[in-house]
Amino acid sequence: MLSIKNLHASIEGTPILRGINLEVKAGEVHAIMGPNGSGKSTLASVLAGREEYEVTEGEVLFQGKELLELSPEDRAREGVFLAFQYPIEIPGVSTTNFLRTALNQVREYRGLEPLDAVKFLSLMKEKMALVEIDQKLLSRSLNEGFSGGEKKRNEIFQMAMLEPVLSILDETDSGLDIDALRIVSNGVNKLKSENTATIVVTHYQRLLDYIVPDFVHVLYKGRIVKSGTKELALELEEKGYDWIKEEVDSTATV
Amino acid sequence: MSKDNQILEDLNSKEYEHGWSVDFETDEAPIGLNEDIIRWISTKKEEPSWLLDWRLKAFKIWQGMSEPAWANVNYPKMDLQALRYYSAPKQSNKPKNINEVDPELIAIYERLGISLNEQKRLQGIAIDVVLDSVSVATTFKETLGKLGIIFCSFSEAVKEHPDLVQKYLGSVVPMTDNYYAALNAAVFSDGSFCYIPKGVRCPMELSTYFRINAANTGQFERTLIVADDSSYVSYLEGCTAPQRDENQLHAAVVEIYAGAHAEVKYSTVQNWYPGDKEGKGGIYNFVTKRGICAGDHSKISWTQVETGSAVTWKYPSCILKGDHSIGEFYSVAVTNNYQQADTGTKMIHIGKNTKSRIVSKGISAGKSQNSYRGQVQVMKRAHNARNFSQCDSLLMGNQCGAHTFPYIDIANPSAKVEHEATTSKIGEDQIFYCNQRGIATEDAVALIVNGYAKEVLNQLPMEFAVEAQKLLALTLEGSVG
Ligand SMILES: Nc1ncnc2c1ncn2[C@@H]1O[C@H](COP(=O)(O)OP(=O)(O)O)[C@@H](O)[C@H]1O
Ligand SMILES: [Mg+2]
Repeated sequence: MLSIKNLHASIEGTPILRGINLEVKAGEVHAIMGPNGSGKSTLASVLAGREEYEVTEGEVLFQGKELLELSPEDRAREGVFLAFQYPIEIPGVSTTNFLRTALNQVREYRGLEPLDAVKFLSLMKEKMALVEIDQKLLSRSLNEGFSGGEKKRNEIFQMAMLEPVLSILDETDSGLDIDALRIVSNGVNKLKSENTATIVVTHYQRLLDYIVPDFVHVLYKGRIVKSGTKELALELEEKGYDWIKEEVDSTATV
Repeated sequence: MSKDNQILEDLNSKEYEHGWSVDFETDEAPIGLNEDIIRWISTKKEEPSWLLDWRLKAFKIWQGMSEPAWANVNYPKMDLQALRYYSAPKQSNKPKNINEVDPELIAIYERLGISLNEQKRLQGIAIDVVLDSVSVATTFKETLGKLGIIFCSFSEAVKEHPDLVQKYLGSVVPMTDNYYAALNAAVFSDGSFCYIPKGVRCPMELSTYFRINAANTGQFERTLIVADDSSYVSYLEGCTAPQRDENQLHAAVVEIYAGAHAEVKYSTVQNWYPGDKEGKGGIYNFVTKRGICAGDHSKISWTQVETGSAVTWKYPSCILKGDHSIGEFYSVAVTNNYQQADTGTKMIHIGKNTKSRIVSKGISAGKSQNSYRGQVQVMKRAHNARNFSQCDSLLMGNQCGAHTFPYIDIANPSAKVEHEATTSKIGEDQIFYCNQRGIATEDAVALIVNGYAKEVLNQLPMEFAVEAQKLLALTLEGSVG
């Protein structure tokens, strides 16, 4: 489904991603871990099409299409969803209104009729139950004055509404208490299917207890320096990143 | 290239939608401005002598005045002698009702999306349409008449209700008020008149639709709304003009009188032709709008969505004379390309326990200049006056300007006046967030801007609010890369 080959990206001339290779197949869950500042959010942003990042090398195929050639909105319409690490506030625009605009544009791209208000509402009701989100929150200005947990839950609600093919969750677990973590993870799990894939960026094993990864990758200094199965995450939980850093830094060639 | 620069390069794509004009036979005054022209207009309109005298007096006063220079706008001087002051579509007989109006005129309004057919019109809105210098049709007259509500063209009011007109004309905006108000008093051609009797709640929205069609013609209409004690009316005003290379002058006067416990809501969606992307052409919109809360517990509320015009100079104001009276001003002013807007309000607190609220949302894009100018004045005997002002500016790109000029003038120490102001930019992160959900950039801008202006748009009647949202989007189309 997703094939990243030798991806290099920089911001304002500073290289951040320095040769990422990653293959994600339908039905899989990949976890990306790694110390702060290693480039996890950058990778997510580059895949979603954020313009500040300049791709200097490499290619990304998504369902056979050159992802990097597409505008950010077309990537979304093709089914790429990013749950933001820091969701953005849009004053005066409710989640409901925002999602109605989004969903209808996605549908139009896919050659579907726009959903009328009644159908939209019933879809909302269904997805609200999935992530146990309060309707009141959805009529407030998007993310404005939301608690950290409410923002994250709202991201997953949006994901549920848009039914993406590839979901990238950037530290969705941070800011969630234990109950919210369970609810949000359950939501993510219910949305999984053999036709979709999930990339979860996280620092903590506790999320991976709920969303069990097929593969775990460690990103460090803009490269994937170690990959393994879910046991790797447990090992990292126990030992931290220092041993990997040492391994990498000692063999690094300038 | 930074995104900001790209924004600026890609500026503006959408053409003004109402830029067409229609040829039909007209009755026109000769070009120029002098006493004879004023007599010509007055004769044409078969006016009583008191009105001609009133006009001539205004003309004398105007001759002694000069154009105001304090507004934060720049434009080449207009040659007022090169304008035509009266132009009206020729109709063989004066239409008695909507069925007798020339089908060609009706067609013009159909093309603007305004149906004059009472059956076809949305229930709940009566409309008076003014084309160039005259009112061509008023709908739902009979329905309103049964309640004693008078809603007709100004000319008709002069003929049918001279006492009312004479009593209130110039009582809120005196002819001496300012240069354009004096000019309007001298040459005004038509407009709408509305009277709501004591205790009557007007059951439908009343609306005037202004259209400038003729070239080189100034439009000087006058609207007078009188809400007698304990009455209520909601009034809407819309406007468009053809696309022309030269600038056209629109200098209207609106006067509102509210008696005790009366409430008037006045909403405008201004969509005059703004000129092209290089700033050529467009309407000069120099308008004086003022209401007086004459009676105790009265309320006047102005809501405006200003999207058009090359230059806008407009300060809908409230004189809060009655005790416990309330004045409100809700405004969204959008400027793009080379548009200039200097707009705001004046709240003059005279009575005790008077309250005013100002919510102004400026949006500037392109190379435009957008100024808020507002005055809050609390007179000596206005005990316990309250004012709250919120003035926000939203900038798109870095070649436009947003300015705020608040004037606060307080002569009574019990007054409480609060002023808040913010300036923000549409964030790239906001746009990216929308993009990431599948929303195209143009639509993202529309969504963000409408969210920003929501508090004002919420004040508009439903049908108008939808229209206004579309207009905001249209005005800003192409303003973000
Ligand atoms: N907009 C930016 N401007 C400058 N540097 C940035 C910007 N965004 C990210 N970086 C830098 O890129 C590196 C990777 O950041 P990020 O992808 O957010 O890391 P992670 O998500 O793994 O913690 C960091 O050193 C960070 O400071
Ligand atoms: Mg991060």
